[in-house]
Amino acid sequence: MESPLLHLALVGTPNSGKTSLFNALTGSRQKVANYPGVTVERKEGAFVTPQGRQISLVDLPGTYSLRGRSPDEEITRDFVLGRATGEVLPDLVLCVADSTNLRLTIRLLLELKSTGRPLALVLNMFDIAKRRGVTVDVAGLSQALGVPVVTSIAVRKGGTDDLLRLTDQLLAQAADAAGDRANTWRPLTVPELRATQREADRIIAATVSLPERPDTWTARIDSVALHPVGGLLVLLVILFVMFQAVFAWAQPLMQVLSASFDALGQLVHDQLPEGLLQSFLQNGVISGVGSVIVFLPQIIIIFLFILLLEDFGYMARAAFLMDRIMGGAGLHGRAFIPLLSSFACAIPGIMATRVIDNRRDRLTTILIAPLMTCSARIPVYTLIISAFIPPTKVWGLINLQGLVMFGLYAAGIVSALAVSFLIKFFMMRDYQPAPFMLELPDYKMPRLRGIAIGIYTRAKMFLQRAGTTIFAMMVLIWFLASFPQPPEGATEPAINYSLAAMIGQAIAPLLTPVGFNWQIAVALVPGMAAREVAVAALGTVYAIEGGKEAAEQIGQVLASKWSLATALALLAWYIFAPQCASTLAVIRRETGSWRWMAVTFFYMFALAYAAAFATYHIAVAMGAG
Amino acid sequence: MSEICDTRPPQPLGLARRGYTGTIQHLAAGGASSSLSDIELESRLIELGFVEGARVEILHEGIVGRDPIAVRVDNITVAVRRREAMAVIVA
Repeated sequence: MESPLLHLALVGTPNSGKTSLFNALTGSRQKVANYPGVTVERKEGAFVTPQGRQISLVDLPGTYSLRGRSPDEEITRDFVLGRATGEVLPDLVLCVADSTNLRLTIRLLLELKSTGRPLALVLNMFDIAKRRGVTVDVAGLSQALGVPVVTSIAVRKGGTDDLLRLTDQLLAQAADAAGDRANTWRPLTVPELRATQREADRIIAATVSLPERPDTWTARIDSVALHPVGGLLVLLVILFVMFQAVFAWAQPLMQVLSASFDALGQLVHDQLPEGLLQSFLQNGVISGVGSVIVFLPQIIIIFLFILLLEDFGYMARAAFLMDRIMGGAGLHGRAFIPLLSSFACAIPGIMATRVIDNRRDRLTTILIAPLMTCSARIPVYTLIISAFIPPTKVWGLINLQGLVMFGLYAAGIVSALAVSFLIKFFMMRDYQPAPFMLELPDYKMPRLRGIAIGIYTRAKMFLQRAGTTIFAMMVLIWFLASFPQPPEGATEPAINYSLAAMIGQAIAPLLTPVGFNWQIAVALVPGMAAREVAVAALGTVYAIEGGKEAAEQIGQVLASKWSLATALALLAWYIFAPQCASTLAVIRRETGSWRWMAVTFFYMFALAYAAAFATYHIAVAMGAG
Repeated sequence: MSEICDTRPPQPLGLARRGYTGTIQHLAAGGASSSLSDIELESRLIELGFVEGARVEILHEGIVGRDPIAVRVDNITVAVRRREAMAVIVA
C-alpha cells in the first residue's frame, strides 16, 4: 500500500550541522532547485522511516531567528509558517542544534514553538559534546522546553536511529491529533527577544553542564590561523597550494581522459566510411565534448578544497582575516566566501552573495565576482600555458607553468579589488559600511561523506552542462565550420570556405589590434555560451583545417601558428573575458535588473580589450611578436 | 570572577584590547555609529548571544586597526567590527 508523503523541515542556526544531518538521512537522494521567484537554494531529499513512512525532507537555510532579515531567512520563516508559495505546511519541524553550543538554538526553538507546528529538538554532534565533557539532562531539557528532544551523531552509522524512531512516533501522534495548534507567531520586539534568550539561558543552566575550558584544539589552531600576520600567511599558503594542486595533481587524470577520447575518436574514424557523418562524430562530437570533459579533474579538485575548508570551519576565519583588507577596497568580509566560490564558477558565487544583507555591498560583490578566475577559464589557460610556457623550475622548486597560472589568478583578484575600489569611490560616495557579524564555529574534522556528496552534485552539474549546452554549441560550430563545403578541386583547407571563416573574418578587423587572428575570432563567438567552449572551438577549427593529427595536439598546433604575443594577449583577454551567457543570466536574476547585467558586460568587455591590447603591444615591443 | 570585574568602570567592548575579559552590563545601540538601526543592531547582538550577564573575552584582533575582533561570548566565538562592538557595554 502506498502511504501518503509526509513533509519534514530541518531548521537550525548556521553551523549547527544541519547539512550533515540532511546528508545522513537522505544520502545521495537529493534534489537541488530554487524556491519560486527567488534565488534561494531549495534542498530536498527523500527517505523512508523504519515503520515505512515516505518522507520528503527539506533543508531550510540557517537562521538565528524568524525575523527574516535576508531572502534566505525569509524563506525559512515563510516555510515554517506555511506562507511560502507552492509549499505545504510541514508535518514536523526538526530544530537542529550543535550540542556543544545550545544557547542560540534553544532561543530559536522557543520562538519556533509559537508557530504551532509539531516540533522536536535534535541534539546533533552529541559525540563531540560528550568528549568535551558537556552533559545534557535530555529528559529534563525536553520537559523544560515542552518539546521532544533526541540526540544524534549525523556522521556515524546508526547515529540517527533514535531520531528516526522518534520521527515515526511523532508523526503517528500528529496524525491522531485533531487539528493543529494555533500559530501565534509575530516578530519579537527587542525586550521579548531578550526575554526569550534569558529563558533559554535559564533552561540551559538547569539541564546542561558545560565544561570549564572551551575546545582547546580550536583555541590552538586559532592562535595561528587568526594571528594578524601569521593568519594571513596561512591563508596565502592555502590559496597557493590550492592553485598548484589544480594545475599539478590533475595532470595524470587529464591525460588519461584525453587519451581515451582520442582513442574513441580514432575508433569511430576507423569504423565509419569517409564523409560527413564520420567528420561530425569525430571532429564535432567526440573531440568537442571530450576537450571540455577533460577538465573535470580540475573542477573536482577546486571544489574539494572549497568544501574541505568550509567543512573544517576555516571559511569564516578567512572572512575575519580579510574583512578590513577587503574593506579598504569597499568590500564586506562576507564577500570573501562568494568571491572564493567564484573561483569554481561565478554562478554559485553570485548566488552565494545572498549572505550579504546590505544591497550595495551585495551589488559590488556581484559586479566583481566574474573577475575571479572561474574553473571554465582553466581549460583556456591550461591549453595556452602548456603550449607556450616551458615547464621549467624556478628557484629549483616552483613550476613556471604553475607560477604563470598563479599570476593569472592574482591579476583577476587585483583587478577585482581595483574595480570595487572605483565603484566605492565614484558610484557610492555616501557609502556606510554594513556590519560584519559572524559566528566563528569550532573546527571540525571534515566529513568525507558530505564532501563526496557535494563534489558529486557539482560534477554532475558540470557534466550535464557539457552534455547539453556545450554539446549543442559544438554541433553548431561543426556546422559553421563545415558548410558550405569547399568547391570541387579546392586547394585550400575546407574550413576557409565555411560560414565560420566568414564570421571570423568579419569580426577579425576588430580584433587585429589585440593580435587575434580570425580563428580566435571564430572561437570567441561560441565562447559566449560558456568560456570553456572556446577551447573546443579552437580544436574544431584547427582540426578541420589540419586533419586529425591537429585534433590530437591542439597545443602544438597553436604553438606553431601563434606568436607568443598573441598567446599572452589571449590570456590577458580571458582574465576579463566577456562572461558566459549563464553568468549574465544569473546577474540579471540576482539584481532584478537588465541594467546591472549590461553594466557588467560592457565594463568587462572594455577591460578585456584594453588588457589584451596592452599585453600584445608590450609583448611585441619586447620581441615576442 | 565577577567580583574582580565589579571594581572596573563600565566601558564599550569596542574600545577593549586583546586579552580583555569582562561581563556584559547592558547594550547601548545608540552609542554605536553602525549603519543598522538601533533596534536592528540590538536584535542581532542578542541573537548572537550578547545578553546582559554573558562573559566576554577578546581572543583575536584583525591586522588593520585591530579590527575586527573575535569575541568569546560565553561558549561561542563571534567576529564583530569594533564599530558595532561599541554598543556592548562591559565591565
